Amino acid sequence: MDFINAIILLLNYIFIPALTYGSQLALGAIFVTLIYGILRFANFATGDMMSFGTMAAILFTWYFQSLGVSLGVLPTALIAIPFAIIFMIFYMLLIDKFVFKYYRNQKSPPVQLAMVSIGVMFVTQAVVRIIIGPSDRRFFDGEKFIIKAGEFKEITGLNEGLAIKSTQILTILVTLILVSTLFWFLNKTKTGKSMKAYSDNEDLALLSGIDPKKIVMITWIIAGILATIGGTLYGLDKSFKPFTYFNNMLPIFAAAIVGGIGNPFGAFLGGYVIAFSEIFLTYAYKKFFMYVLPESMEPDGLVQLLSTDYKFAVSFSILVIVLLYRPSGIFKGKVL
Amino acid sequence: MRKNLNVIAAYSIMMGLIILVGIFQSWNIALSIFNLCLISAVMTMGANIQWGYAGLINFGIMGYTALGGLAAVLISVNPVQEAWSVGGSNILLSLFLIIGMVLAIRYVLKKYDKSKLRTYIIATIIISGIILVRFISEPGIEAIEEVNPAKTGFLGGFGLPIIFSWIVGAVFAGGLAFIIGKVALGLRADYLAIATLLISEIVIAIIKHEDWLTRGVKNVIGLKRPAPYEVDLQQTDWFINLIEKFNFSKLNLIQDFSERQSALNQLVIEGSSIFVKLCYSGLFLVVVIILLILTQKALYSPWGRMMRAIRDNEEAANAMGKNVVKQHLLIFVLGSAIVGIAGAMLVTQDGLFTPGSYRPMRYTFLIWVMVIVGGSGNNFGAILGGFAVWFLWIEAAPIALFVINLTTSGLADTHFLKQHLIESVPYFRFLMMGIGLLLIMRYRPKGILPEKIEIK
Repeated sequence: MDFINAIILLLNYIFIPALTYGSQLALGAIFVTLIYGILRFANFATGDMMSFGTMAAILFTWYFQSLGVSLGVLPTALIAIPFAIIFMIFYMLLIDKFVFKYYRNQKSPPVQLAMVSIGVMFVTQAVVRIIIGPSDRRFFDGEKFIIKAGEFKEITGLNEGLAIKSTQILTILVTLILVSTLFWFLNKTKTGKSMKAYSDNEDLALLSGIDPKKIVMITWIIAGILATIGGTLYGLDKSFKPFTYFNNMLPIFAAAIVGGIGNPFGAFLGGYVIAFSEIFLTYAYKKFFMYVLPESMEPDGLVQLLSTDYKFAVSFSILVIVLLYRPSGIFKGKVL
Repeated sequence: MRKNLNVIAAYSIMMGLIILVGIFQSWNIALSIFNLCLISAVMTMGANIQWGYAGLINFGIMGYTALGGLAAVLISVNPVQEAWSVGGSNILLSLFLIIGMVLAIRYVLKKYDKSKLRTYIIATIIISGIILVRFISEPGIEAIEEVNPAKTGFLGGFGLPIIFSWIVGAVFAGGLAFIIGKVALGLRADYLAIATLLISEIVIAIIKHEDWLTRGVKNVIGLKRPAPYEVDLQQTDWFINLIEKFNFSKLNLIQDFSERQSALNQLVIEGSSIFVKLCYSGLFLVVVIILLILTQKALYSPWGRMMRAIRDNEEAANAMGKNVVKQHLLIFVLGSAIVGIAGAMLVTQDGLFTPGSYRPMRYTFLIWVMVIVGGSGNNFGAILGGFAVWFLWIEAAPIALFVINLTTSGLADTHFLKQHLIESVPYFRFLMMGIGLLLIMRYRPKGILPEKIEIK
């Protein structure tokens, strides 16, 4: 019995939160990796682009709520997402046309494009804050829990409760569907294959008649979808605050690089690597050992490897280690 | 003279703008803008010698700034004797352990060839070392943090004049840069940018949460000053006489004695804060001028030529027998040390150390905007960038308010759009920075004062 309690404990505090957080990071990391692989620069505006998409989703959610539209147990934001995506793609293509296109045509070095993306970061951040303000927003509605801790205890008769929030399941499901569609698209369709070719060798791709304008446009469209959905899921699960989104850029970068930048599948797994290691290393295992070990060997301290203050530092340390030993990332392999 | 005309013109405009602020807003604001401009100028010089001279991207400026600030605390605060007596020995022991650990790893690295076994040995040393250090330091840290937590709760510093911290800050930042450089300098440009950005976040996390060393988010306030205190100045005779002399004609117009006295008092209070700021300006100006002379000398020296050669063509420089790795490390350390000085100066001026206020937006990306806008590779350009961008950063809100009022003058004051825009005035500075950066990068990619190398 104690053993099952211990497992439920780990499920509740480590496994499910890490899986959720990992999914959110994974979407962001694929975004970074796509831009890096095809447009060839590190996009420092990642966090703010995600917050822009989320802002659009929130605005549409408010609009639908004011109309009285709702999905019952599901959050209204789900209907808002498609509209937000269209809005977001429009914004992305606008930025590309007025900012990035010029440098792409000039064949500027990646560093210069990265600097330009800092300019975009400033502008996007300002736009988001001017439109929706810098404060914390919760826009989740509908049924909050699938299983409540108390109910779970009653049903199973265990000491430990398992609480599953509907946003957690929603995040994991949506991520799985989105990512598998994306991989299907990249690996099976003609456009996806030409994207791969373009990322692999630009000149060769151009020679074989691939239209670079189309590739770039599709990249921004996919990026827009990923950023909006990733951002909205994060906002539904936690809350929307522009500053947090800006900060999320850092673990997202870590995930993309750990997975091998330019490799979407690596980025997908990288998100989970970062999320799990953050939570594994900062969780206090005292209660777990209380269940597993006999009473005489119970630990005195919290049995916490690192204090939760260092959550971010964990992912960055992993990144630094990976950069040192395998600069091409854990999941090496071909580009895109 | 003639070819430096644009430099002189740009600086005159900048000074003119600051003087205008002095005339229209107040001299107090103008001087505080000027002081922060000087500090920003030091930071941009640091970033400029890395990016402009050597083409290294350093997005870790925030980390070095914070380390400089930490130096200011550690140098100037008086030691907390009680904390040292309860926990000092544990902390010192852990410090020795860490040093021993590093030496052991170095020894292993030297003694054995690269193999799986070596990796495992190093991993064991690190893991067991961390566990041991935590075991020893934990009781010490707890004891230190319990010593009068409302006021101290940390080890304190050395109780020396805060001016020394400017040098120590440089040493701290340079030391960190040495470690980072050893680890990360082999990376490609954009990887290096990301790695340094993340490492600086780690530094901030440590400073924020190691309360025994830095008091963390509880902040350290009331640091010593290199300049006199306003309250003291208001009591001293020579200062009052000075103010009286300055405003002689104005004061003579007032006939009534008591009225004259109160007017003088008012002037003395205003004058004292301006005087203190002027003291800081003087100190900062000395630093900026010394650094400017040194960096200019370096730029035109054989070493500067070599750095440019390395920047423009690494392979060729390598083939010519220049040690690229070593020079990159050197310039990385030098630039970071300069940023460390700026960090210590900043804390000196504020008189307080608030780890929570170190954010990448303000201390990394804004500095980069300054470097790019000013002109990378040109020291005068970098300083000008520091001045111009900081000026805009501060004055963005009044400018935005003016523009909003102008464009929405047709709307009623209670119109929701106008109210919303006026509420979000503080965020227009981000917009201005972003658009400014984008425009400069597009139409003047080398900055306002581009790099100009003449062979003398």
